[in-house]
Amino acid sequence: MPAPRSTTRVRTYALGDAALLAELGTRLDTALNTRAIALAAALKKRRDVRQAIAGYASVTVHFDPDLVTHDALAAAIKRLASKRPPMAEPGRLHRIPVVYDGPDMEAVAAVLGLDAAKIVELHTRPIYRVFLVGFVPGWGYLGPLPEELELPRRQVPRTKVPAGSVAIAGRQTGIYPLATPGGWHLIGRTSVKLFLPDSDPPCLFRAGDRVKFFAIPG
Amino acid sequence: MSEVLRVEKPGLFTTLQDLGRLSAMSAGVPTGGAMDRFAHRAANLLAGNDEGAATLECTLNGPTLVALRACLVAITGADFDPQVNGEAAPMWTGVFLSEGDQVGFAGRRWGARAYVAVAGGIAGNRWLGSLSTNLLAERGGMHGRPLAAGDVIIASGVPAGPTIAGRQLGPDDRPSYAVHTLPAIAGPHVRSLDSKSRKALFGSGFRVSRDADRMGYRLEGPTLDVTGDELLSFGLVAGAVQVPRSGQPILLMADHGTAGGYPVVATVASAAMPLAAQLLPGDELSFSEVSVEGALRLRATQRAALDSLKS
Repeated sequence: MPAPRSTTRVRTYALGDAALLAELGTRLDTALNTRAIALAAALKKRRDVRQAIAGYASVTVHFDPDLVTHDALAAAIKRLASKRPPMAEPGRLHRIPVVYDGPDMEAVAAVLGLDAAKIVELHTRPIYRVFLVGFVPGWGYLGPLPEELELPRRQVPRTKVPAGSVAIAGRQTGIYPLATPGGWHLIGRTSVKLFLPDSDPPCLFRAGDRVKFFAIPG
Repeated sequence: MSEVLRVEKPGLFTTLQDLGRLSAMSAGVPTGGAMDRFAHRAANLLAGNDEGAATLECTLNGPTLVALRACLVAITGADFDPQVNGEAAPMWTGVFLSEGDQVGFAGRRWGARAYVAVAGGIAGNRWLGSLSTNLLAERGGMHGRPLAAGDVIIASGVPAGPTIAGRQLGPDDRPSYAVHTLPAIAGPHVRSLDSKSRKALFGSGFRVSRDADRMGYRLEGPTLDVTGDELLSFGLVAGAVQVPRSGQPILLMADHGTAGGYPVVATVASAAMPLAAQLLPGDELSFSEVSVEGALRLRATQRAALDSLKS
C-alpha cells in the first residue's frame, strides 16, 4: 500500500544569511511538534547544517552558507518534511513532586474562580509534553495545560523568580530552572533540578519527553 | 601549556570567548562566544592561531597584563589606546613581548569591545565544547567568571601558524566600524508590521538604550506596531530584531535566549554583527534592508580579508 501523501506545507523564511526558519504550522499541536522534532533530527545529519532547533511547530536551521544556498536548503527541507513522519516514540516520563504553595496561588484561584485544591487537581491531572527546551538553560515549554487553568501572563513580570518555581501561563506550564526574570504565575515549587551544568546534555528535559506533576506536602 | 601573562588589573569586564557552543542550543544554553567575531578571528590569525582559539574580550576598558615569558599578542576591535610599557602599541598587528613587558590600555577612544589574542591560544575551562564564559551557569573560560587580578593566562599549545611579529590587517580590510547603519534582511514576521512601522524599521534612527549587554540591546526610537496573534515559541539567532508588545525592538546578541515568541522583523547581516558588537548605550544606529545575496557578498568580503592573514 502506498504511503499516504503528506499535506504538510512548509514555509521557509530567512533568519539572516546563515539561518532559516522552517514553519510547519501555527497551532499548538502535538503532531506538528513531533514532525518538527523529527525534521530537526534529520536536518542535523546534513554536513551543511550546523544546528537545527525544533520549536513548537517549526525548525530553526543554522547552516554554513559556504556549503549550501538558502534556496537549496529550503528545497531540501520541503522534501524532508513531505516524507511520512516516523512513528512518534513516547519520550521519557519525568515524575516531578511539587509543593503547591506558590506566591500566585491565591490570585490565580481568585481570577479563575477555583479553589487551590481544584487548581492542584487540574494541574496534576495531565501527562504534559515537553514541546521544546529553550529560552533559558533547561527551561521546558510544557503543555497543553487544561483549559480551566488558562490565563494570560502577569501584567508586570517579576524581576527575579526563584529556581524551581512551577508556573502557568496561557495553555502552558513550566519550571524555572534558574533564578531569572519571569512573567508566569507561580503556583508551586519543586526540588528537582532541571539545569544540570555538568551533564551533557546539561538539562533534564528533552523535546518530546513527558512530564507528570505530583502534589506533596510542604 | 605555558604561563604567558599575569593579570595585574582585570579591567571592567574581561572574559574568555571563542566562537561559542552552537551544539548546546537544544538544551537552551546560549551559544555565547565573541560578540565581534571579525575582531576575534583577526586577533587569532595575527597571533598565528586558529580562528576559533579563545581570546580575551575586554569591555569598555582593558586589563593590565605582564608577560611572564616572551610571547606574541594581537589586539583588535575597539580602540582603548593599547600600550606596551607605556608606549602606544599598534592594533590589528602581531606584537612581540619580552618577559616583563607590560600591556595596558590608556583609555577608550571608540567602540565597546577589544580582543587580545596570545600565540598558542588561551587555555581555559571547556564547557559543552567551548571555552566561552557563561556567567549564568558559571562555566567555561576562566572558571566561569570574568578575569580577576592575579589570574594567569596560559597558552594552550604551540602556535598553529607562523608567529611572525609585525603582521598587520590594514584599515581597508577591517569592517567600517564608524558606520552605524546595519544591513539587515527582512525577518519571518516582517508582515506583522503595518506599512508605517515597516518604513520606520528600515528608515528611522534608533538608539541603544541603557538596557544593553551580551544578551541583547533594547533599542529606543519609533514604536513599531505589530499585529496578529501571539506566536508559538521558536528557535532564535543572534542578530534577530524582535519586537515585543511595547513596540521597542530588541537586537539579540551572542548570549541571547535560545527561543522566544516575539515577532522577528529583521535579522542583521552576519557581516554587520561586528559593528553591532561595538555599539554602546546612547549610540545611534539604523537598519538598511539588504537581500540574502547582498548580505553574503558582505560576508565574503570579510572572509577574504581574514583569509589574507593566512597566507
